[in-house]
Amino acid sequence: MFLAFVIYPFGYALWMASTPSLYADLIADPSYLPTVVNTLLFVGLGVNMKMFLALLLSGFFMRRRWWIRALLAVYILPWAIAAAQACVSFHWMLIGEQGLVDGVLSALFGIDGPIWFNHRWLGLGSNIIAYIWKWMPFWTVIFLAARMKIPQDIYDSAEVDGATGSRRFVHVTFPLLANLYLLCTLLSTLWTVGDFTTVYLVSGGGPGGHTEVLATLGFHYAFDAAKPALGVAAVMSALPVLIPVVLVLMRRLQTSEVEL
Amino acid sequence: MSIAPTSGRPARRRYRLRRVLTEAGSMMLGVVILIWSLGPVYNMLLIALDPEEGEIEFDGNLWPPEPSLEGFRAVVTQEARYLENFWQQFGNSLYIGLLTMVLTVLIGSLASFAVSRMRLSKGSLLTNTALLTYAIPASFLIVPYYRIMHAYGLSNNLWAVIAAQVAFAIPFAILILQLYASMIPIELDDAARIDGASAVQVYLRIYLPLMTPALAVVAVYALLLAWNDYLYPSVLLSPRNMTVAVTQGQLFSDTDAPWNAMMAAAILYVLPPIALLFALRRYIAAGLTVGDAKG
Repeated sequence: MFLAFVIYPFGYALWMASTPSLYADLIADPSYLPTVVNTLLFVGLGVNMKMFLALLLSGFFMRRRWWIRALLAVYILPWAIAAAQACVSFHWMLIGEQGLVDGVLSALFGIDGPIWFNHRWLGLGSNIIAYIWKWMPFWTVIFLAARMKIPQDIYDSAEVDGATGSRRFVHVTFPLLANLYLLCTLLSTLWTVGDFTTVYLVSGGGPGGHTEVLATLGFHYAFDAAKPALGVAAVMSALPVLIPVVLVLMRRLQTSEVEL
Repeated sequence: MSIAPTSGRPARRRYRLRRVLTEAGSMMLGVVILIWSLGPVYNMLLIALDPEEGEIEFDGNLWPPEPSLEGFRAVVTQEARYLENFWQQFGNSLYIGLLTMVLTVLIGSLASFAVSRMRLSKGSLLTNTALLTYAIPASFLIVPYYRIMHAYGLSNNLWAVIAAQVAFAIPFAILILQLYASMIPIELDDAARIDGASAVQVYLRIYLPLMTPALAVVAVYALLLAWNDYLYPSVLLSPRNMTVAVTQGQLFSDTDAPWNAMMAAAILYVLPPIALLFALRRYIAAGLTVGDAKG
């Protein structure tokens, strides 16, 4: 089973992408290098901002108030919503002056909002925001669960030593969560490099393919331009970055069996 | 800390001021989180409640002047354009989601049981191979997958999608189950073996009941993965045989589509996973404490 449905596609992909001339074609394509830059920005900014905010917010959700508990239930809603439909909703919100965001901007501040998808950086930013919206709750819940495991005595003794507020976070909470934080960031990086839905459905790669990432570029090559081998080669060019991430992840998991 | 009586009052007042400020700050943060989380959902609702089809513009009303359930009615009766097969698509989603969930839990728990409880010598190799497949994200394998499913004679077959989803859910399932299983003392198994229990009995009577929280997490993860995926069904299935998650995406820039019905369908589609999340929330909270933070 595993062999037929995972190893074989994996090997088949490597075989399809093994012709060197494909990579020459890729470099020659003017849309390839901007796509690599977009992918790096999307993954780098998206994953790190999401993880850091999730870590901070998990602290907020630790507070014991009834309304914060209720808020948590609302907050994890994006996790349950299908990425495709959430992204379509983002697409319509940002569609331009008819969208909700620009409508609210002009009603509240009298600003004419930009046409988000006509500009490379705004489009990329929209993708990142949609991505953070969809995936931050999941990681917040993971960090929240980890924080709840920290025994209260550690905080009590830290307070005796004078560590409160931000110093408590820097010197007590964060070191305890650092390993988990690193593991989650690596795992999330792997998943985000493969994120197809967000870019495909929020900005659609527009304007004119300027916000494309590797996953969507490969898809366009394979299914719209009918060059499947080139499509596979495009995504496979990310392997030299991904394999070290997996190796670090594996090592980390082995040295710290229980501590995910 | 003892406070001298003379300085007691200002110190207490400062303390109270700080409390009020913290409280106000967290209230404000709460409002920001509420707007942030509900914004896109609200936008969906706004479009879905509009009586006219294809109305996606925001016209300055924070609530539609004449909210109508026309969109929902058109979906349920399958009258809306592009949604003629809504219930069949819904059934497909359900079929794919449930089977992915069952197979992932079954295969994942058996694999993790074999590795962690039966002391296989090459156990960690299996876990590592599973993790290694994450080096290539699922979306990168769509082209070879499409061709291979064609070769297997599974094109436009729901089982092609199920196989793909199970294959991609398994590594995470094994990871979570392994971590959780290592917290259950193996002496329990040994005691049962001494009492004459076979491996199957240990699996059914000890492993499965104790692992319930982790299994719940894996089940929800697999179900959401399959239920919400866009790429694999959209490529592997024909339009008539699609899942609901795909339909809105395929028309996403088509301003002529009946968007009130589309968004109504999206809202209906979100309800089952939410119900599941709430039904299993106790188990999930317990299962996620695998995220053990001991130093």
